[in-house]
Amino acid sequence: MTPVPNATDVAVISAFAGIPALLEQAPALIFRGRALDCECRLGPLDRPFHVSIRGGRIIDLTPAPGLMRSWRFSYRASPTAWAEYWQPVPRPGWHDLFALTKREEATLEGDLHPFMAHLQYFKDVLALPRLHRFVGPA
Amino acid sequence: MTGHIEPMVGRYIHVEIEREMHRIYFEENGAGIPLVCLHTAGSDGRQWRHLLADPEFSKKFRIIAFDMPWHGKSNPPLSWTGEEYRLTTARYTETVRAFCTALGLEKPVVMGCSIGGRIVLNLAIDHAAEFRALIGLEAADFQAPWYDTSWLHRPDVHGGEVCAALVSGLIAPQSPESPRRETLWAYMQSGPGIFKGDLYFYRVDGDLRGRVESIDTDACPLYLLTGEYDFSCTPDDTRRTAAAIPGASVTIMEQLGHFPMSENPEQFRRYIAPVLGEILKQSTPTKQGEHV
Repeated sequence: MTPVPNATDVAVISAFAGIPALLEQAPALIFRGRALDCECRLGPLDRPFHVSIRGGRIIDLTPAPGLMRSWRFSYRASPTAWAEYWQPVPRPGWHDLFALTKREEATLEGDLHPFMAHLQYFKDVLALPRLHRFVGPA
Repeated sequence: MTGHIEPMVGRYIHVEIEREMHRIYFEENGAGIPLVCLHTAGSDGRQWRHLLADPEFSKKFRIIAFDMPWHGKSNPPLSWTGEEYRLTTARYTETVRAFCTALGLEKPVVMGCSIGGRIVLNLAIDHAAEFRALIGLEAADFQAPWYDTSWLHRPDVHGGEVCAALVSGLIAPQSPESPRRETLWAYMQSGPGIFKGDLYFYRVDGDLRGRVESIDTDACPLYLLTGEYDFSCTPDDTRRTAAAIPGASVTIMEQLGHFPMSENPEQFRRYIAPVLGEILKQSTPTKQGEHV
């Protein structure tokens, strides 16, 4: 059973829900993802979102799992990791998606091709809450 | 009309490596103790442009940065017919020594970053007497892999984009936007499979665990400097390596990552200036109070 969310969980979930709107304000980022159509799973380890991307735009972001929805890859991290990653100046070892996987605070699964072929896109999309002043406990 | 010319000059030198002549591009500036700078895997000598142009360092050092064969403006050798590129410890060591010999450098200082830092350790193990001092940036005897290098060279993923995106996370968040982008730009321009081929040395062929203990820092001083944001060669990797080498100097550089000389040249200067000053002092025992 998924535990009751604490303050960090709530802040991280809220930040993820806001990413599609933040992306709409970043035309250069959408352009970088212009060839990307993908179903993926992103977010906190226990409460990821199913994310539908078309032409670099997030057209749907829904708490997973959706009924029988397929996804190609998944990047999930602990709520603490997301909160650290989104600090204005993240601490060493918490400042990159692969730094988080290396320290085993995040897990990358599935068919990694869309993720690796658009790596900077995903790094930048998932960093949007930092640029827009994520407020939450680190 | 306004403009200015930077002080470094670029030339080509023909160097024999593995019984074949290689046309190698290098840039240099300054006069004094030869200081040869080695770039990171999958990049080129442009990473050193700020150090090369430094008006103070160049008064006391002849600063030289060359592009490894297959990198930057150093083409592959004429015999290459497209087979997979793989850098080995033996080839890398020979390249550095042959370049220094071809230029007639007398007891140079060699400073290398990342794979350049690793090969500096190998020079310290096997050829210490040839060098005045050795400086390893982001250097360790071994680092735990953190991604599968096969992603760096495959037809369905843009090599330049994925190489740059991967290493982007190794740059400290405090590094300014412009040098950050310039650092990544070189990765976007690397030849297909070259970054991956360099990492063959780093990941497979160049494991120096169990060998660095033999380094004699009395024969050649060894300085190791690592950025706190480098999660590829972590500060702990460097400390572990140095702990096995009596007399090795270790500095952990704040607000820097895996590319100190190019990602934030001003911050790097604060750390490298004392090292160069110490080398200078050791080289001129009759003069007191020399500072770089």
